[in-house]
Amino acid sequence: MTNYLWRLRKEIWASKFMGLSSSLPVFLILLMLLGLFLKAKPLFVLKPLSQIIFSSHWLPLKGHFGLWPFIMGTLWVTLLALFIAAPISLFVAIFLSEYAPSGIREIARPMIDLLAGLPSVIYGVWGVLIIVPFVGRYLAPLFGTYSSGYSVLAGGLVLAVMILPTIIHVILEIFRAIPQAVREASLSLGATKWETIKHVLLRQAAPGILAALVLGLSRALGETMAVLMVVGNVVQVPRSLFDGAYPLPALIANNYGEMMSIPLYDSALMLAAAILLVLVIIFNLIARLILLRVEKGLR
Amino acid sequence: MKWRFLEEKIFRAVMIIATSLTALILILIIGTVVVKGFKALKLEMIFRLPQGGYYFGREGGILNSIIGSLQLAGGATILAFFFSLPIVFYLNYFSKSKSIWPTLIRFSLDVLWGVPSIVYGAFGFLLMTWFGWTASLLLGIITLALLEIPIMSRAMDEVLKLVPPDLLEASFSLGATKFETAWKVVIRQALPGILTAILIAFGRAIGDAASVLLTAGYTDNITTSLFQPVASLPLAIFFQLGTPYPEVQQRAYAAAIILTLIILLISYLSRRITRRYAKHLVF
Repeated sequence: MTNYLWRLRKEIWASKFMGLSSSLPVFLILLMLLGLFLKAKPLFVLKPLSQIIFSSHWLPLKGHFGLWPFIMGTLWVTLLALFIAAPISLFVAIFLSEYAPSGIREIARPMIDLLAGLPSVIYGVWGVLIIVPFVGRYLAPLFGTYSSGYSVLAGGLVLAVMILPTIIHVILEIFRAIPQAVREASLSLGATKWETIKHVLLRQAAPGILAALVLGLSRALGETMAVLMVVGNVVQVPRSLFDGAYPLPALIANNYGEMMSIPLYDSALMLAAAILLVLVIIFNLIARLILLRVEKGLR
Repeated sequence: MKWRFLEEKIFRAVMIIATSLTALILILIIGTVVVKGFKALKLEMIFRLPQGGYYFGREGGILNSIIGSLQLAGGATILAFFFSLPIVFYLNYFSKSKSIWPTLIRFSLDVLWGVPSIVYGAFGFLLMTWFGWTASLLLGIITLALLEIPIMSRAMDEVLKLVPPDLLEASFSLGATKFETAWKVVIRQALPGILTAILIAFGRAIGDAASVLLTAGYTDNITTSLFQPVASLPLAIFFQLGTPYPEVQQRAYAAAIILTLIILLISYLSRRITRRYAKHLVF
């Protein structure tokens, strides 16, 4: 009988402990948001948030923390990466799910996983060795401008490769969820494979593909080291693809050393981190809601 | 009529080009690192600490960062496991299926998965200022563990979903409690998947630079205490590549090949585990 009680007690304690630890993810998000905003608060007290975000005046020593150049840098690099990665990943995903023989599919899967698993610094090394000289020596002269190579374009190219696996992975899942019968119905009406894809599959998968792109965007937004190594880190609002830029994550990573010695600098950097976190949460919210609806619709 | 078939062929070709391009880029990345790295890699690099004037091109190696990375990623993985296992057990066996709580937890894990590592770094930095700590191995481990928890939990969650319900019912019908079933039956069945999840999380942690940069610091020695700063491979690559000296940049390539080999090894092992342990499974 005591043995029975002991087992029951263990069950109750385990259940409580597990319930408690499972609340960690929820509280971690809230804690991060709260912590970062509290740390950034001294900055809002001095100036309204809109003024900090839309000002290009970046002189930390004089207390001017305009984040606009960094926000624009992030936007340029991220959108460029998405623009490059979106068509490529869509074609790769369609090929792997609809055309590729199983042999190729089996090789492709570990390769995509590996691409997703390579550390960001490795991409950075590759970017510095290959992409930056490529942009500086070949692409810039081709367009009749000069560039050191450390530019928005280099950042966008490296970042595009990094978000490929994320987007491909989600699109593959979406295509897998579309019932085989849908394809067969279209093929039996005499449509070619591509017509089936164009008129039937892409239409069904459209919201899911959107979600995949949003997830890719959110991944690109916070990518730090690889971008930092190739993008030039110049405080300016970029005007062309060959200009240097200074995205938000690079700002945080480059200046953590000085931030304790200059007043309010730490608040500005934590505000940058908070902005990233809020954007990532919003993008994830959108993408997950779309995916949930897609899942329900297909079932 | 003809156009339809031409269109088919054109798009097929475009897809094949896109796929080959992706494969080519992967080969190019690994190829670049391997070719550059092998030229620079010497045994001295692996087995020696940085000596005086190392960052100006004098002799030494990166043993400090190899050991440091293993300490960081190893510690973080163990810590993350102690949180992830209860989380997934709760999600799959203890939560009431009708409540919204499990959905909320899974959603939070997905969001956390997407949170950039620099934000974890910033949060770790906040913890540091709140508690008055300095950059240390312990803080690096905590930050990396936070980063690993969503990765590990979501991967293990997927595995536990695949455990056949018959197995659970068999265990319950013998009078086992939920905890006993989870702890003694499920773990055995899901072991390969759990090991893979651990390896994936470890791989992410060992390659992560942004969070470690803000929380773990850097040192030229081997760290022996949780409260000292610690070196790491990604940062060794980053710092050495950033110096103007070609000899030092060479060492960044050597460090890059070591890190890449570790990642390749992890990816190979996780594939092996899935295949090898699969034969012990009941279903």
